[in-house]
Amino acid sequence: MQLDDLLNHSSEWLKGTGPNSDVVISSRIRLARNLNKVAFPHWASKKQGERTLQIIQEAILRADYTKKTIIFKLADLDSVDKQFLVERHLMSLEHAQKPNHKAIAIDNEEIISIMINEEDHIRMQVMQSGFNLFEAWNIINRIDDSLALELSFAFLPEWGYLTACPTNTGTGMRGSVMLHLPALVMTRQIDRVLAAVAKLSFATRGLYGEGTQAAGNFFQISNQISLGLSEDENIDNINGLIRQIIEQEHQAREALLSRNRPALEDRINRSLGILKTARIISSQETIELLSMVRVGCDIGMLKDIDRRTINELFIVTQPAHLQKIERKKLLSEERDIKRAEIIRSRLSL
Amino acid sequence: MLCDICGKNSATVHLTEIIDNQMNELHLCEECARQKNAEMEHKFGSDLLAGMAETEKFAKEKETVSVICPNCGLSYTNFKKIGRLGCGECYIAFKKYLILLLKRIHGSAQHVGKVPRKTGVALKKKTLLQDLGDKLQAAIKVEDFEEAARIRDRIREIERKKQNIERIA
Ligand SMILES: [Zn+2]
Ligand SMILES: [Zn+2]
Repeated sequence: MQLDDLLNHSSEWLKGTGPNSDVVISSRIRLARNLNKVAFPHWASKKQGERTLQIIQEAILRADYTKKTIIFKLADLDSVDKQFLVERHLMSLEHAQKPNHKAIAIDNEEIISIMINEEDHIRMQVMQSGFNLFEAWNIINRIDDSLALELSFAFLPEWGYLTACPTNTGTGMRGSVMLHLPALVMTRQIDRVLAAVAKLSFATRGLYGEGTQAAGNFFQISNQISLGLSEDENIDNINGLIRQIIEQEHQAREALLSRNRPALEDRINRSLGILKTARIISSQETIELLSMVRVGCDIGMLKDIDRRTINELFIVTQPAHLQKIERKKLLSEERDIKRAEIIRSRLSL
Repeated sequence: MLCDICGKNSATVHLTEIIDNQMNELHLCEECARQKNAEMEHKFGSDLLAGMAETEKFAKEKETVSVICPNCGLSYTNFKKIGRLGCGECYIAFKKYLILLLKRIHGSAQHVGKVPRKTGVALKKKTLLQDLGDKLQAAIKVEDFEEAARIRDRIREIERKKQNIERIA
């Protein structure tokens, strides 16, 4: 597998299937692990960093559940490649910066990704389409077990897995769920919901993780506590919270439909109209319009558009994807034209 | 109240000492408290001073600066500056300061999740609530009702949190 092969291929989380996929895009579990007695990446010397990379790479290629992954060294990737992986949610922005001694392992379904020498020696994640944290946990739990047979992890019985930042100590687990909440935004209830989320010690982020703005009504919600709760309990808590939010989004959608159906239909159809006809379109506008079209699919208004097509458009219209498709660097104005072209062709069926 | 040790000065420092799960309240004058603290640290490390009461403010400052992880060389001062530990062994070197920090971040300083497959005897599947339930039964069995009440409160608190989560939004 080469990086470019991913282009002709749809990531697991874009499938648009799985439980509650009208509101939940994807579920992800991430585990942080470190090697026992080895300096964490930010504190390691060049030599230690190289050695850590070597040891982990070998372990990944030996372990049962990861030996079929492909490993890319960040030093071998150009800036478009790196951004491409970030856009596909396989890699963090942090990992893309400073390539020293870093690598990423990916399976060809794009369910598993393992970052080596990010903030911790190992950051592994498993993605699932729809509302499916327990399935993601079942998979990553096995991956973690198979790596633990190859590597000795930094661990204390009283404090669990030891991580570079004490906010991850314990299970080292972060479960996050990507939600599409257009009706809560349109009915101006979203601030109240997010305030409640924050009060319960959960974090909210945008489409592209840490520090990004919530664009196109997408919100990523994750746990912040990792010590004092088992993985199952933590997932249970996230699930309980997400179920509430899904319910509220459903109610808001029904309210919008019953109170002012023509206005909602108008907005959805206008959005689709622009996407089908525009010749120049920015990435921000694309996300916002696609968000409305997705509502049209979800409420059964746009019957001949597939949710998967919409999900894929969110990703292939991102800057690095456009440049991969064109096989060359594109300026921002060139991208806006290419983006409009791709959207038109995919929606014209 | 007079000092429990010298019986002369009035007690201004109140601390709780836990040895072999026996809780002991001590009321000391400042002088004896300082001595006691030094002696305890020398003997046991300071972990035994739970809820260190007022002794904390005069005991630590000087020492904090000089603690360095013997494995990776990161100092505690440096950790506070960059917000990242240097290696897993730092957790052992900075243990007594990290307890408070972890409690502040997570509301707990006790891991209850999985353990690495190699070091663990199979996979520890017990959840926190099950674990507390077991401890509660054990406490009742030996008629340690104080401990039982403490555990019961913790269970109630966790259940209340769970209900809050179910109620919100
Ligand atoms: Zn005294
Ligand atoms: Zn260290």
